[in-house]
Amino acid sequence: MAVPLPKSVTPPAGSSCDRIPKLIFARALTLALLLFPAVGAADNRLETSGKAGIELRLFPQSPQFAGQYDTANLSGFIEPQFFYSWNDEADYVKFIPYLRWDQHDRERRHGDIRQLTWSHVGEGWEVHSGISKVFWGVAEFQHLVDTINQTDGVEDVDGEDKLGQPMVHLSLARSWGILDLFALPGFRERTFPGADGRLRSGLVVDTDQAAYESAAGDSHLDLAARWSRTLGDYDIGLHWFRGTNREPLLRAGTDTGGNPVLTPYYEQINQFGMDLQATLDDWLWKLELRWRDGQDDPFWALQGGFEYTLYGIAESDTDLGLLLEYGWDERGRDATAQVQNDLFFGTRLVLNDADGSELLAGIGYDLDYHSHSLQVEASRRLGSGWKASLDLRLFSGDEANDPISALRRDDHLQLTLERYF
Amino acid sequence: MPLRMIPGIFLALALLAVQPLLHAETAEQKGRAIAAESIARDSGWGDMEADMQMILRNQQGEESLREIRMQSLEQANDGDKSLTVFDKPLDVNGTAFLSFSHALGADDQWLYLPALKRVKRISSRNKSGPFMGSEFAYEDLSSFEIEKYNYKYLRDEQISGVDCFVVEQYPVDKNSGYTRRVVWNDKAEYRVQRIEFYDRKNSLLKTLDYSGYRQYLGKYWRPDRMDVVNHQTGKSTELRWTNYRFGNGLSDADFNKNSLKRAR
Repeated sequence: MAVPLPKSVTPPAGSSCDRIPKLIFARALTLALLLFPAVGAADNRLETSGKAGIELRLFPQSPQFAGQYDTANLSGFIEPQFFYSWNDEADYVKFIPYLRWDQHDRERRHGDIRQLTWSHVGEGWEVHSGISKVFWGVAEFQHLVDTINQTDGVEDVDGEDKLGQPMVHLSLARSWGILDLFALPGFRERTFPGADGRLRSGLVVDTDQAAYESAAGDSHLDLAARWSRTLGDYDIGLHWFRGTNREPLLRAGTDTGGNPVLTPYYEQINQFGMDLQATLDDWLWKLELRWRDGQDDPFWALQGGFEYTLYGIAESDTDLGLLLEYGWDERGRDATAQVQNDLFFGTRLVLNDADGSELLAGIGYDLDYHSHSLQVEASRRLGSGWKASLDLRLFSGDEANDPISALRRDDHLQLTLERYF
Repeated sequence: MPLRMIPGIFLALALLAVQPLLHAETAEQKGRAIAAESIARDSGWGDMEADMQMILRNQQGEESLREIRMQSLEQANDGDKSLTVFDKPLDVNGTAFLSFSHALGADDQWLYLPALKRVKRISSRNKSGPFMGSEFAYEDLSSFEIEKYNYKYLRDEQISGVDCFVVEQYPVDKNSGYTRRVVWNDKAEYRVQRIEFYDRKNSLLKTLDYSGYRQYLGKYWRPDRMDVVNHQTGKSTELRWTNYRFGNGLSDADFNKNSLKRAR
């Protein structure tokens, strides 16, 4: 439950349609065919669940850039889940396709395979093969060490949505901790809003012109490992990653019509990182650290802070959480990341009622550019199987170098109604 | 009555009062002994799986449903380990909760959020908070350990025709939402039949009734129903247990972050 702030995302824009790479379809199909014989097994079962939703975004201000839609946008999505197990659940397949329709932005009309994995569970080890998602980290306002999956940038500005990543993932659980080993064949390009979309950079990102440092392009085999362990009140994780940077460098270029655009360039990186949480009574202390070596000088970045919770405030069942985090990037104003010297303050109100009512509010303040963004998320259950959310986001910033300045006319209110099945 | 007889009566009364102390335990000792016996009779079950359904009712009679599956593993000299998976409400379907409870001190707890594929270590400080919006607090559902309370035997009493010991329990943990609990254990099997909870102001908060006890493995009693009524709000929660299964061969390896992420 993050209080993600718009700054943690690259807002630039895109041009052509996001296609699920052929490579991934081919692999998914191969996997499905491989699994087919198992369908006949005796003790198997198929379970279906999922969610669908509609979303309305309202923008009180006229757009900053030509081509962007005005006032309102309607969108809808569906994300079913299929689970099939056999061998007394020692083997199972999970399939989560995803489809979004958007009224104005063609780039946001897209589909993805969020997950299609075959899992096998042994004694103290497990292997997950296929397309999947993996989360690393402890912080709330920026996910600095969450490395494996590409951000699905058209979904939302909070960077929480990820594209399915092809992988073979071996996990070993031992007395000395959990060791996760990843082979990541095939790369997913980041998605960016199209020319019609709001919440983008001034120049759209032409994803058709994606370029790579590696001669293997989007077929480079990336490798990663993470060790994690709980030691009393402390949960620690150490990771290493070598491969294609999920965060593209955006370079100036022109599209086929000669119009100026940004083109994504994906370099090869080597990365080490750490995440640590101390859970001490009412306090959660969090720290994420990352060292990354790419084409430019290697650099450090960190995100750290705390979450303090007041339980049962004013003799009610309501819990009030107070969050403070600081994000830093050694490159300073030259950082390609949005967070380089930023302070975040958040509050989380959980009513603990039958409707699961919650309110999260967060402010991000950039100490270099003096810009800020504010986000309020409120949600509750409606009857059984429905959930309503209200999101408010406000942006300020007038320094052209500050990526958030591109969003300064994109304040909006978002209403979402979701149906679970 | 002649005046000179009075001291003699006082002496006799004083002796009557002191007598039980001379050859019997104090109310505190007796209360603790009853709790210890109930724990002793429920030791050695090893591992357990069960399904739980909760029906939440508000004052207007509106209902809300929760469905949960639970695995627990007994620990010899510590609180139990448990893994809980939420099926309903549907918006939290697949959310899972791993807990290593401890007799004293904070429990270790992790929550798995399936949409983000994120495991979060959470604070176990909110013992008094409502469990999934129900009238059960987290502390009402955690494993019973002798060190968690101080005790005082109150009286013998029948409820629904069953002979019970009535013992008052005072939480040791300052974060408990209660000043005391009054617990009815039946004399025959030392099963909990009823608990009355008194809030931090020492006002009666809620009553929890256990019913439909069945014996498993020829030894361990488990209720089919637990009904709690909040006297201050008029809300109630009906908890139904089904599918109790013992001897599933669970071990510590089934209670780690990997099994939490896999839980379903």
